[in-house]
Formats: sequence, structure tokens, C-alpha cells
Amino acid sequence: MRALPDIFAHWFAEKGWAIHPHQQAMLDRADAAALLLIAPTGGGKTLAGFLPTLVDLAEGSHDGLHTLYISPLKALAADIKRNLTTPVTEMGLPIRIEDRTGDTPASRKKRQRADPPHILLTTPESLALLASYEDAPRMFKGLKRVVVDEIHALAESKRGDQLMLALGRLQRLCPDLRRVGLSATVEDPAAIAQQLARHPDACDILRADPGPAPDISMLTTHEAPPWSGGNAAYAIPAVLEEVRKHKTTLIFHNTRAQAEIFFHNLWLANDDGLPIGIHHGSLDRQQRERVEGAMVRGELRAIVCTGSLDLGIDWGDVDLVIQIGAPKNVKRLIQRIGRANHRYNAPSKALLVPANRFEVVECVAALEAVRAGELDGDPRGSGPRDVLCQHILITAAAGPFEADALFHEVTSVGAYAALIRAEFDACLDFCATGGYALRAYDQWQRLQQRPDGLWQLRDPRAAQKIRMNIGTIQDTDTLKVRLRRNRGGKPLGEIEEGFAASLTPGDTFLIGGQIVRYEGLREMTVEVSRNAAKKPKVATFMGTKFATSTQLSARVIEMFQQAEWPELPAHTAEWLALQREVSQLPKPGRLLIESFPHDGREQTVIYGFAGRNGQQTLGLLLTKRMEEMGLNPMGFVATDYATLIWGLDPVETPAPLFDLDALQDGLETWLAGNAVMKRTFRASATIAGLIQRNTPSARKSGRQATFSSDILYDTLQKYDPGHLLLDITREEALRGLVDFGRIEEMAERVAGRIDHLKLTRVTPLAAPMFLEMGRVPVKGAAEERLLAEEAARLMESAGIADITPQPSNTPRWRVGY
Amino acid sequence: MNCHPFTFAGTAIKALGSGALWWPENEMLCVSDLHLGKSERVARRSGQSLPPYETRDTLARLAADLDQTGARIVICLGDSFDDLMAAATLPEAERLWIARLQAGRRWIWIEGNHDPGPIEFGGEHLQDITLGALTFRHIAAPGCTAEVSGHYHPKAAIQTRGRRISRPAFLYDDDRLILPAYGTYTGGLRSHSDVLGHLLGPKALAILTGPVPTCVPMPR
Repeated sequence: MRALPDIFAHWFAEKGWAIHPHQQAMLDRADAAALLLIAPTGGGKTLAGFLPTLVDLAEGSHDGLHTLYISPLKALAADIKRNLTTPVTEMGLPIRIEDRTGDTPASRKKRQRADPPHILLTTPESLALLASYEDAPRMFKGLKRVVVDEIHALAESKRGDQLMLALGRLQRLCPDLRRVGLSATVEDPAAIAQQLARHPDACDILRADPGPAPDISMLTTHEAPPWSGGNAAYAIPAVLEEVRKHKTTLIFHNTRAQAEIFFHNLWLANDDGLPIGIHHGSLDRQQRERVEGAMVRGELRAIVCTGSLDLGIDWGDVDLVIQIGAPKNVKRLIQRIGRANHRYNAPSKALLVPANRFEVVECVAALEAVRAGELDGDPRGSGPRDVLCQHILITAAAGPFEADALFHEVTSVGAYAALIRAEFDACLDFCATGGYALRAYDQWQRLQQRPDGLWQLRDPRAAQKIRMNIGTIQDTDTLKVRLRRNRGGKPLGEIEEGFAASLTPGDTFLIGGQIVRYEGLREMTVEVSRNAAKKPKVATFMGTKFATSTQLSARVIEMFQQAEWPELPAHTAEWLALQREVSQLPKPGRLLIESFPHDGREQTVIYGFAGRNGQQTLGLLLTKRMEEMGLNPMGFVATDYATLIWGLDPVETPAPLFDLDALQDGLETWLAGNAVMKRTFRASATIAGLIQRNTPSARKSGRQATFSSDILYDTLQKYDPGHLLLDITREEALRGLVDFGRIEEMAERVAGRIDHLKLTRVTPLAAPMFLEMGRVPVKGAAEERLLAEEAARLMESAGIADITPQPSNTPRWRVGY
Repeated sequence: MNCHPFTFAGTAIKALGSGALWWPENEMLCVSDLHLGKSERVARRSGQSLPPYETRDTLARLAADLDQTGARIVICLGDSFDDLMAAATLPEAERLWIARLQAGRRWIWIEGNHDPGPIEFGGEHLQDITLGALTFRHIAAPGCTAEVSGHYHPKAAIQTRGRRISRPAFLYDDDRLILPAYGTYTGGLRSHSDVLGHLLGPKALAILTGPVPTCVPMPR
């Protein structure tokens, strides 16, 4: 065991602290080439990561940069700087700590390159930028350690791939560099370790005491959850009651729109005027910072939020986490719960609130997974090649390079270990010439090979453009929203450009918990006025609709096999029992398909359990196949579990529909013209450097010279269908929004074992699907009533009207708008 | 042929769905802002290598319009080439293709701000030209009437049920007609923009291009 130097021991003693075992272990293994620490939030993770650095630097003999700290958030870097400066000042250590992000003033950035601090706190993008300068070898000279914080969050995205490529470069400059990763609890630490370490080196995993198991339960209410929908309005009185009982509550939602609607309804019912705030990624930064500040000072009793609060910023004394809607993914749930209760040895407390009847089943399944300690997550594929293309350009910006050496460096990154030389060469060719079948740019290629074999930028001025384009985060085109005033009204946040375009003056929408009226567009800013009188007609924000994970879906199917369901509320258990009586429940390893007439149409429900995106794609492909087979499909709707297709002719023999090869063929044709593909292409083409980032100033100038990336996509499809970028786009879409992987997984799981039931009417399990139809983002009172009437009618036709208590007609709280 | 017939300055003409203007009486086809050679210029100036297929795509569409109309006069209304060097370095195959399109027709290149000088292609090279009642020039001139121009790459958007459709568009009022850009790699300037709002009077109309050209009051 490595003894803590006296000055540190005294400091710990003065604070009345004992060093945590995992902090000691990190110190003992300071020389490991790569080390991954898995520790719960509040476990002194950051100090554990920095302790070897501080001890090393305490002697005062190191000159220049010693440790690089990378975090996924700018705010986190600033936070850590504060937290780290305290012990350094208190112990009087000769250590200089600075942060460097997009917000750092240019003068300080310049100085940092010439005279770097001992510890530099930064983000993956800022690091990539540093690596693109010619003086990078000088700046990073003597670098000993790199600490990657919240590596679990980075590991899931292209930002992580970019970071690891940059570390590959640093490792070449500083062969003795030690890598440390700090992670929350994850399902597959080995996968993260493999990404962190230099391939094929080993990376040890250190596990801190996970602390007591979280105390998670499902909120039970008098009122039964509705059959469909996601806003959980029925639970508002019970949620308010919980907020009253706790000090600070975080109320997580899966989408921003749901958070806005819930916040609005919560305030309408908040008769005690409890201080409750809202926080999500579309709100103005000042607004978010105000809420964050109030939170840290303990002034808020609750915050309605989305994933924007997911990362490890210290939020003070949260003693309850509420998750509205099924968590969709057990790992995310656990990490969210980790937000609560930063006291290391107290159990975190969390409540799940299902938004509809099906989610009751999903919540119970998730709770069982938590108890069994079973996390989920889909394995990441190999390193994306658009990020590699950007890395090649960044390398070229730093100076001439040798292709062999770069290939060697890239394949030392875990995610790119399996990259073959031909793939690398194709990326290099793309960066150099565009990689077109038609060799057009011999004279103007971006990279040239010199007589000595090294590659370099043809025009050194291009380095500037490459730097401006660094990063893998895609900004969707958003417009700022401001209150209309004489000049410079208060900024409220941002909405998608597409949504803004659909507004006409007088329309109202929700943002930051208030209803605003659209007045007009001025210089690419949406101007609004306050208007609480009208009910909001529309509300959409960009936001991920998470798909239920494969593992959680499997658990739900398992639950369906039980003889009875004592763990479920009576209304839900009776619903499932009735389904079993009139039809059957989906079984593991089989595919349940129900067909029945309804509303003068032939309806078919496919319970594929392939997640929302997968079921959506399945719907597109199946309707296309049905069209070819003359079954006259008219439309479909998809949820995480099933796809409902309606049409003029009944499906008699579904098996031929599910021929995987035929589906795959259909996919190819369908994909080519698909909007999802165009969106994916735009992202990949930007990352790979084919098109420049769409800067706000360029959009503002409205120059007619710029044209849509869709035109490039169509042109490539027409004249160069084998092009690298189309290949990358296809690969991305298939594992992202199209999620064909889940359909393949389904096809393998059921292997042709189809249970096709022809029935005479809507089944209980299918009934909620009919309410999914249409997109009605905000449901006013009239719509709610229509919906309730329709729900009652559907339930009656499914024969279950009598077993379900109707929602009370006299609300005990004030209903929104 | 998908077209929108209309009368401008007493002249019966047709807006084609492709963005070309067809004058049946004179058997004249007018296209504006082809921006041939754009990907070459972008590569030369910024190092970005766009898919180098836009010239053949633009020419293929132009060839189809010439086939369909059997035009005897062609006016390219300026910015036909992305710059003079792009014109000079156009690949051989594409130069020959242009020559084939020109064969047997009167071909007029109007100068634009992107191609303001002599180019090596056959045909007449002019600042502007007046045929019948109409004057053709690249950029609309203040105070002119019966004028056909290009330059601004106008586009217009209409809001349908829940969906906004934005297309390159012809804009016209009593005095001037502005053609959409014909080239494949061309963006557009919204009809809402101040500059178009000032050029065109309050009763201006927009004809959206596409499979069925659609005429609406110019969106402002």
C-alpha cells in the first residue's frame, strides 16, 4: 500500500475524513497503464481519479502539463475546477489548475498553449482542437496522466470515439501516458475498459463499494392509469403529495414535450405554491443556470427535468427521484436514481410512475431487473468511419503524416481495433479526393501525397476550416424564442426550425412552463408574447424517443407467462387475464399476430417487441410487402411492443410477410429515398468534413449560394451509389433510427414460429394501440373527453368495460386549460 | 408537359415545372443560374470535394426540356458557369455535351456576376437582349418594365395541412419576372426576404416549381 504523504494525511484528518478504500486503491495502482473505476455518485470518485496526480505534483518538481481531465460537459469542468482548487489551496500545493472549453477567452487559450497549467480540465472537442495545432507535441510534452470522467456517458456516443482517437494520438506523443476512466455503474464495464485502454493492452477494473441498494417502488394511485398516452396527468395529485413529503425531488421525463406538459399541469394543481422549476435542453442557458443555482441553494422543492440533468453535477440534497413514464432502459434508470441522495451510505429513493396501463407492466419488469442487479444496454458497433475521416483531417491540420503510422495509431483505439486497411484507405481517399468513382479533383484535392510519401494539406489555409468543423455533436437547426419587446426581449429557449415554420401568428405553445403566443419571425428569432388565456394548441420539441431495451422487452414477455400477477395492480392483472382468455399473451421465442375486423377495416397487430424504432421500420416494410401482395394496407402505428396495420383485406397467411431476405430487399429500396436517411447523411457528411457546419451566422445571412445537403444525397444516390458516405449513412441508420438490428433480432428469436390468431373483435392488448393513432401532442379538455369516450367504446368492444373503473368525472384538482 | 401558362407584359408564356421558361410563339427556352462547374470551383477555393456530378445532372435536365419543347432559341440568363475558370476547365465530355445541345439552335449567353466575361463556348455573348416585348438580363435593374431576370434564386413556401412545402419559384408582378435557379447545386432565397419584397409589388405572384407548377400570391 502506498502511504499518503503527510500533508495529505493531515488534510484528511483535519476534515475528519478517512480515505475511501477505492481512493487508496487508485493511489496504489497509479502506475497502471489503464484503469477503470466504477463508483456510485457521491463516492469521492473525482478525488480518487486525481489523488495520484496531486501526490505526484505535491513535490513541485514537474514542469508543464501533467494531467489532462476530460469531461462530457463544460459545466462539469468548471465544477471540478472549483472542487479541486479547494484541497490544493488548503494544502498549499504548488499546482496550477485551469479549464479550457468553448467559453474560455481566446487570449487565455493562446497562453495555455504556450504555457500549459499542471492540470488542464477540458472536453473531447477542445482536446481534438488542441491536437490539431502544429505545436501539439510541445504542449503535451511531459503529459503523465489523463482522467476521463463520466466515461459511461461518452462511451455511448461518437464523442467517445473521437476522444479515444485523440488519446491514441497523445499516446504516440507521450508513450508513458496513464489512462484513468471514472464511470457510474454500467452493465458491461469490460466494454468500456476495452475502449479506454490502448489496444490490445489490458485495463483493470476497480469497483468501489456500490453502497446500499436503491429503494425503488412504483407509485400506486387511486386513479387507474389511462390506456395510452405519456403525460401521466392522472398521477399529479400523488406526485405533489410526494414532493410535499420530501426535501428536494427530481421528476424525470423521457421527452422535453412531456416535461413541459407535466410541468404546466403540475402548476395548475400546485395550490400550496411549492417552488417547482423546470430544466431541459431546449431552455435558454440563463434560465437553466437560474434553476441550477436555485437548486444548489436548496430553494426548490422539485425540478421537472429530462436527460439534461443526467450527468454528475452536484445537485445538493436530492432525497427523491421520480421517473414519469416507463424507464425504457434499466441502466438509465439506475444512473438517474444515482442523482438522488449524494450521501454515500444512504440508500437512494425513487418512484416509478407509469403513464399508461402497458407501462405498469414495464415498470414492474424494470423493478425486478433492478432487484436482480441486471442492467441492459446494446453493444456498440465498431468505431464509426465518419469520425475517423474527421480524425484524419485533424491529423493533417497538425502537420504532414505517414499513412502507415496513422493506421497503426487508429487501430490502437479499442473501437477501431478491427478496422481493416482497405477501410482506412477508403477514408483517407475520401479525405484526400472526395473518393468519387469519377476522379474529378486531381488538381484540387484536399490532401496530397508528397514525394517522400507523407500526406499533407494541399492548401495549408484549409487547416482553419477543419478546426472550425471539429466535433461530432449535431446541432439541429433551432431558432431562439424571445418575448417581443421594444428591443431584446427576454430569451426563453429554442425550438426546432421545422416546428417554428409550422406556426402561424396567434398559435400558442408551451416553453419553459409558460404558454406563449407566436407573433412572428424576426431575424431568425421567434418572437412571442405571454398569453395564458388560450390553451396551447401545439407543443413539440426535438427529443429522443427512447426505445425499450431488448432485455427489458424480454422481461415483459417473461412476465406474461405467469399464471397470475400478484405484483401488478388489480386493473392491470385483470386486463392481462382477459387477454389470455379471449386471445393469448405473447410467448418467448414465438411471434404473436392478431387479425380482426374493426371500424370497417381489417386490422393486424404484430407483437414483435422490437422497440419503437424497430416496430416503426417493421410497419413501413410490412405495409410495403402487403402492398406488393395486394392486401391494400392503409396505414400503421407503432409502439415499443407492437405494430398495428389496418387495410382493406385480411391477412390470411402472415408467414410470407416475414421472410427476412424479402424484408431486407424492401429495406434497401425503401431506405434510399427515406427522410431518416437524409438526416443521417447530413450528420455523417458534416462529421466527415464533406459539408461545413451550418453556422447560425450563415443561416442568418440567408445566402442563396448555400444549398441543402439533401441535394448532395440525391446526387450521390443517382451517380455514385457505392460512395463511402452512403455506405456510412446506411450503417448508421440501420443501427440508429431505422434499428433494423432489432428486427433481425426478432426474426432470429421467433425463427418462423408464428402464432396467428384470427379473431372477431379488438383484443384487450391491442385496444390501446388504437388510441396511439394520430399525433395530438397537447391534449386539451375536449380532446381528453373525446379520447376517454373513444377509449370506453374500444374497451367495451373488447369486452372489458366492466372491469375497469372509469376515470372520475369530477376531477379533484384543476385540469389544465 | 407540366407547365403553368400565364401572361406577362402582354406576352403569353409558360413556367415549366423544371424551372425553365417557355415562350411558344418564339420557340424560345430560357433558363437561369445553371452554375455549371460549381463543384470544381468549391474544391479549388475551399478544398471541399462535393460530388462532381452536378454539371451532368443540370445538362441532363436541360436536354430533356429542349427535347420536349423543341426550342429553337435558348437564353441562359447569366451565372451559367460558377466562374470563368470553371467554364474554362469544364471536362471534355461536358463541353461536347453543351456543343451537342447548341447544334441547330440560336444560343444566347447572358453575362452574370459569376461569369462576367467571354467564355469559349459557341453562341452569342450579351449583357442583355430584348426579344419582342421582353428584355432579358441577369440582375433586375431598378425602374425597368417587361424585364425577365434571374440572380436571386427565389424560392417560396406554402403551408399545407400540417406541412410546409418549399420549392424554387418564379416570382412576377406587372413589371418583372424573376426566374428560379436551374442548376442542381443551387440553394434559394426565400420570397420573404426584404430584397425580393422590395423588388416585387404587393400583387406579385409566385409559381412553385415541381411536378405540377402551382401559382400562389407571393408569400411575404
